[in-house]
Amino acid sequence: MTTTLTKPPADAEPKPPKRSRGLKAARAGGQMHAGPVAYLILAVFTVVSLFPLVWTAIAASRDNQRLAQTPPPFWFGSGLFDKLELAWTDANLGEAFLNTTIVAGVSALTIVFLSTIAGFAFAKLKFRGRGALMLIVIGTMMVPPQLQVIPLYMMVAKLDWTDQLQAVILPSLVSAFGVFFMRQYLLQALPDEIIEAARVDGANSWRVVWHVVFPTARPAMAVLGMLMFVQTWNDFLWPFLVLTQTGNPTVQVAVAGLGRGYTPDQSLIMAGALLGTLPLLLVFAIFGKQIVGGIMQGAVKG
Amino acid sequence: MATRHDTAAAPPGKEGGAAPARPPVEAVPPEVAKKRARLSRRWQRDVRWSPYAFVSPFFLLFAAFGLFPLIYTAWASLHTVELTAPTDMEWAGLRNYTRIFDDDFYWNAAKNTLTIGIISTVPQLMMALGIAHILNYRLRASTFYRVAMLAPYATSIAAASLVFVLLFGRDYGMINWALDLVGIDRIDWQNEKWPSQIAVSSIVIWRWTGYNALIYLAAMQAIPQDLYESAALDGANRWQQFLHVTLPSLRPTILFTVVVSTIGASQLFGEPLLFDANKGASGGAQHQFQTLGLYMYEQGWVNQHLGRASAIAWTMFLILIVIGIVNYVISRRLRASS
Repeated sequence: MTTTLTKPPADAEPKPPKRSRGLKAARAGGQMHAGPVAYLILAVFTVVSLFPLVWTAIAASRDNQRLAQTPPPFWFGSGLFDKLELAWTDANLGEAFLNTTIVAGVSALTIVFLSTIAGFAFAKLKFRGRGALMLIVIGTMMVPPQLQVIPLYMMVAKLDWTDQLQAVILPSLVSAFGVFFMRQYLLQALPDEIIEAARVDGANSWRVVWHVVFPTARPAMAVLGMLMFVQTWNDFLWPFLVLTQTGNPTVQVAVAGLGRGYTPDQSLIMAGALLGTLPLLLVFAIFGKQIVGGIMQGAVKG
Repeated sequence: MATRHDTAAAPPGKEGGAAPARPPVEAVPPEVAKKRARLSRRWQRDVRWSPYAFVSPFFLLFAAFGLFPLIYTAWASLHTVELTAPTDMEWAGLRNYTRIFDDDFYWNAAKNTLTIGIISTVPQLMMALGIAHILNYRLRASTFYRVAMLAPYATSIAAASLVFVLLFGRDYGMINWALDLVGIDRIDWQNEKWPSQIAVSSIVIWRWTGYNALIYLAAMQAIPQDLYESAALDGANRWQQFLHVTLPSLRPTILFTVVVSTIGASQLFGEPLLFDANKGASGGAQHQFQTLGLYMYEQGWVNQHLGRASAIAWTMFLILIVIGIVNYVISRRLRASS
């Protein structure tokens, strides 16, 4: 996971001009050098992207009296760690983090595994009904989650799964996007000759998957795993419906319920929001390059 | 590329190493032939059935948690079902549908979904396009901008909405403070219709612009350089190059993002729910920013009418299907014209 993608997707630096035709090539689209205006726009955009996150931390470090004054605070106060601690215990965030890690981890790993074998079958194996089944996979991406929520809720109620983690994990395992993503990757990254060579050596399909498909697909699997982890971690609607703040909440559910009362404790809410976001921001800071590459890669081929 | 020999009765060829599908030419002793035949049968079974084994987990899960709910929602929408006793169903025919179509709040929510969808999607995609264009220049620290731009995407709806509630606060919010500085009157971002819709949209715009910019950037980098070179030779300036080379090449990608954003906008739920300072599901005191997703939640989980909520969900799905058809027609026309 820590290595860069073996097939560098579009996250690599823009290629230098292949044919140098002096000014003309230098002026052409993708190879233009950015001027000061471009840097200014990017700077503004970066600040706007990051500011709400930074300000979440600033608000969490101030008390509520200070938040109810103008001008609003622009720099950190001294109460950040106290507030974080309070939010941690108040919302039982320790348990929520454990729950969310389990949910997001199990979902991401399972989705990656199932999507890789299904994507391999769709990309490289011939079987009757392949086209029709692939159409169904794509079609399922269109179904709005709201449509599924009600019967799933009834199922969960009937099985007595409310407040239990499997109620969140199981429905999240259906990822048409994952199957599509892996299929697109394997179509291009896995040469038919390698599969044939393995077959000639007497490998059955499972051994082909284990010894050929998984090693080839590893970069895409890592990207898909991270995307799915982020998605499950941030999922709100469904966990909000089946988990309650007192019984096995995920981080989002716990955070959404923080500081509620006649006068909401804004600073505490911000502390909770910050805690709920921090782990993912760390992941992004570390794997940012790979995640960017994965999103862009999925875009070109999708 | 597709030169696989799945259907041929190919021995694994452990001993000979002959390529599969090429029947051995030399005569073989009967016991070897038998062994090969057995292996070959197992081989065939493997080749024929393993694809199904590989795709079946997805489809089993989909049947249980995707297809079944879809059909069941249709069924439930024809019944009176209470949240407190979800298995207790009473036939209601189309009453749920007539009931919601008679409800002003349904049409209000539909209108809000449309307007919030437009306010959030159009500027978002246009800004993403511009940002992608700049990111496509030769830049210092380009990875830094890309990752920074993706930070909002890593932020959950809950965390983002909660901080935006504070930033949009009427009395002490930073945005009103900044407006005040430049001499604009304070705006009641919660209770007035258009300001509240703009505020909710801004959460969506903030979270998704960077993500879409990266998707556009990827597509821009796939545009062949020659197109720009010949455009430059024809005397096209930067803006004309963007207009006549970049935009046409991006058409499929733009269409893709429009579809994805439209689906997302039609399902908008968490942002308006958490933006409401009173923590209700009505989308503001006058339902001024209640979306269809929120209206469905209110009917099902606050008013406890799961049957009616199912009917709302199905109308949302039908709207999406219509959008899908429109999109298909447009993309076909685009393909025909190019």
